[in-house]
Amino acid sequence: MSTSTSSSVTFSGATRIYPGSDRPAVDALDLHIEAGEFLVLVGPSGCGKSTSLRMLAGLEEVDAGQILIGDRDVTHLRPKDRDIAMVFQNYALYPHMTVAENMGFALKIAGVDKATVRKQVEEAAAILDLADYLDRKPKALSGGQRQRVAMGRAIVRQPSVFCMDEPLSNLDAKLRVSTRTQIASLQRRLGTTTVYVTHDQVEAMTMGDRVAVLKDGLLQQVDTPLGLYEKPANAFVAGFIGSPAMNLGTFSVVDGHARIGDGLVPLPRSTVEAVGAAGQVQVGFRPEALLPASEGDPGSFAVQALVVEELGSDAFLYGDLVGDDLRADHVVVRLPPRGVPQKGETVWFTVEPGGLHAFDVETGAALPTH
Amino acid sequence: MADPTLAQDAGAHTRAATPRPRRTRSPLASVALHGTLGLAVLVALFPIVWVVLSSLKPGYAIQSSEITLFVEPSFDNYVHVLTETSFPRWFLNSAVVAAFTMVIGITMSASAGYAMSRFNFPGRRGLMWVFLVTQMFPVAILIVPIYTIMANLGLIDTKLSLIIAYCTVAVPFCAWMMRGYFDTIPKELDEAAALDGLGPFATFYRVVLPLARPGLAVTAFYTFLTAWGEVAYAIAFIQTDENLTLGAGLQQFVPRFNPQWDSLTAGAVLITVPAALVFFFAQKHLVAGLTAGGTKG
Repeated sequence: MSTSTSSSVTFSGATRIYPGSDRPAVDALDLHIEAGEFLVLVGPSGCGKSTSLRMLAGLEEVDAGQILIGDRDVTHLRPKDRDIAMVFQNYALYPHMTVAENMGFALKIAGVDKATVRKQVEEAAAILDLADYLDRKPKALSGGQRQRVAMGRAIVRQPSVFCMDEPLSNLDAKLRVSTRTQIASLQRRLGTTTVYVTHDQVEAMTMGDRVAVLKDGLLQQVDTPLGLYEKPANAFVAGFIGSPAMNLGTFSVVDGHARIGDGLVPLPRSTVEAVGAAGQVQVGFRPEALLPASEGDPGSFAVQALVVEELGSDAFLYGDLVGDDLRADHVVVRLPPRGVPQKGETVWFTVEPGGLHAFDVETGAALPTH
Repeated sequence: MADPTLAQDAGAHTRAATPRPRRTRSPLASVALHGTLGLAVLVALFPIVWVVLSSLKPGYAIQSSEITLFVEPSFDNYVHVLTETSFPRWFLNSAVVAAFTMVIGITMSASAGYAMSRFNFPGRRGLMWVFLVTQMFPVAILIVPIYTIMANLGLIDTKLSLIIAYCTVAVPFCAWMMRGYFDTIPKELDEAAALDGLGPFATFYRVVLPLARPGLAVTAFYTFLTAWGEVAYAIAFIQTDENLTLGAGLQQFVPRFNPQWDSLTAGAVLITVPAALVFFFAQKHLVAGLTAGGTKG
């Protein structure tokens, strides 16, 4: 299969306000996606990620701003004139057409001759392991096969951009994991610019070259998966990326320390300066950033174990902070699988160096920690 | 470990313990059930069977007070109706009117239903209400104003007047029905088609309509029947014998003092044939699950 001519995608202040709503579903989105890049849009439901994708596909109007594919302004072009292909969450295969007809439909409409269509469909079918099913109707296929037909329909066209709207959410957990890697490797192989929408942060982390996190129609942060994980721009991103989620809590600042439970965890000077007179700081640390300590160790705090989940490779301890200043939900700690504490036991931890994140109590924006 | 034989034993035991398995029915209940069903069948079939039987009898035997199944059975009545009356002419008129009503009705209600299902346009709700409201007026009220309109248009005594009148009856209802059917076809299919390069009309024609076959079949049957058996508009609008349709024409067989039951029954049987044929072709398309497999979730 020849590589398609891939294009960059640029959202420039792109805004969508649904009729009858005051609040924009997508609010002045600025995002540049390089040619050949795999960008994942991720966020909780209602964050505007699907709307952004549909704006790019031309299925949703753009109320303000621009969308460019390459250097073409496609803001007000019809979907068919944008040179994009889309994989829908529910696949949207044509039920009355065979797999081959489904995959070749766009080419047929474009007036490509039958032999070429057949050849391209067969090439795509070979890549997706669908060669034996070309004459079947979609209803005679399994969920995973339908998903692959939907992929096939997109790649046969060799578009300059792929749009994928939660294409894995209808597959069972096991198939989802294997299809995830297939899609990612297929994208690397074809080199086609891909915008992929998901609410699953694991998909986002594993598939994307870069990940854009959205919330309430606003872009929160765009970075590589590791960049998001290590340097979240705000408390929302910090809590959204990573599984189990980062421990986040609001604590008072006493003498350059955050008072976490009964413990006093030292804060970097820059953080204390940034907190200033507010007297409170939102502190976050990932489950794996906690190191076992003993009572009385400097910077340690106590956690009473509620539940211990042993997964074999790891163990996760869910517990409550011990002490007066209880303003965090459960604390999650990742532990080595051997010798885990018992339920009800009180355990002391310190935050490993560099494992502490601090956020502004009001805005949630990240504060310096160096 | 569960012992399979043990489980089987337990099953057998429960079965034996139940006094009467659900399958069997007491003789009395059986008689009552089949008696009721038999009666219902009789009620449904009797008029049709009686008309068919009567159409095979000579006229005097139909009017006779003696109840008989067969008296000199022959097709004389049919021959008479088909060769010595205007029946063939009426039949043709009805076929033309019904066919045009069907074609125009399907076209209009399918496109209107699609628009109401998919597009947001000013007055959409109002239009849907109007479609519903028009269904609330009985023919008796509509017939005079529609007559006046037809007269002003110079359409009285034409087939076109009937086709238009029947469409006003059938299209609003069918448009609602088609809208309901289109609503069951996932919108993502339209969007996929738009991305694949189809315009709105091609999407409708190549993707949505093939999936709406069952809805179209019902619409076809409904519009056909609306026109085929209609009497009131036909009597009001048609004035010359050669333009009459079947429903109106048949009335000529039953003048007040000398009803020709022999011709009427033969005509009635002949009238049901095309309706049955249309139903036969329509019901082949009444299949469930046409959209199965296209989407999931």
